[in-house]
Amino acid sequence: MATPENKDLLTLYGESFSSRLLLGTSRYPSPAVLQAAVEQARPAMLTASLRRQGAIQEESGQAFWQLLKQLGVPVLPNTAGCHGVQEAITTAQMAREVFETSWIKLEVIGDDYTLQPDTLNLVEAAEALIKDGFKVLPYTTEDLVLCQRLVDVGCQAVMPWAAPIGTGKGPVNPYAMRTLRERLDVPMIVDAGLGRPSHACTVMEWGYDGVLLNTAVALSQDPAAMALAFANATQAGRLAWRSGAMAEQEAAQPSTPVLGTPFWHHP
Amino acid sequence: MKVLINRQPYELDESATLDDAIAMIQAKPPYAAAVNTQFVPRTQYRQHGLRDGDQIEIISPVTGG
Repeated sequence: MATPENKDLLTLYGESFSSRLLLGTSRYPSPAVLQAAVEQARPAMLTASLRRQGAIQEESGQAFWQLLKQLGVPVLPNTAGCHGVQEAITTAQMAREVFETSWIKLEVIGDDYTLQPDTLNLVEAAEALIKDGFKVLPYTTEDLVLCQRLVDVGCQAVMPWAAPIGTGKGPVNPYAMRTLRERLDVPMIVDAGLGRPSHACTVMEWGYDGVLLNTAVALSQDPAAMALAFANATQAGRLAWRSGAMAEQEAAQPSTPVLGTPFWHHP
Repeated sequence: MKVLINRQPYELDESATLDDAIAMIQAKPPYAAAVNTQFVPRTQYRQHGLRDGDQIEIISPVTGG
């Protein structure tokens, strides 16, 4: 049976996805647990990365590649760890060849401690990749003007962080994130810093179009169950956004009708 | 000539191409390659002549967030 949720598709660069959750593939206890989490979450995309061959024996090579193929979920390669424009462009080009996709999660890191995006070089890298035919999903701060510049150079979606990668803090700057949502019309996916399903639900209630997370699922006690919790929370937040929340009130108002209350009388 | 393949030093013939460098480390597919931070498509491995001091990166898929 058709439901309102599955008609409400996430559209990025003209492609539609029935899920609004994008899931990372790193830091799971085992490939089997990753597989179980993906089967529960049924994400729109799975992120993956590239490293020097042989550098990470247990995670590289054929096994992970085969699992990705088996899962059948579109892959969103990232440029994680890149610090410069040329580095990010080259990594994206290599990712396009290996993963046979023009999607790229563009990361240009400006600070190794916070993993904060390099806001001065991100736009240049995004512009070059857009011109080269990539579908760029830039990982960015929640800065409104930066996000606007990314849209100006052709990004059809942007991915502001909620908090630094892997912290699980949830949105640390709600005012800026809500302002950003109100000011920009392009699809926006909250990428990084979410720790709990309630965080995902909250940003979706604010009108964000999707969430991308990894550590919050991978490092939970039960990643498969947590993946489902995030998928449900993401959907719940989306439905709430579309439904329009009531206006907050200062004073209590009884929800049960007062008229005809038994034993009640004026003093 | 001396080159670096994934940061490790190797000795190759003067006429070596990127194809030879990839064979040298017995790279397993899938992989992609860059020379001196410039991407080289797989269709160009055989034509891409190497020079002394070249830095070659051979990368493969890994998990990521």
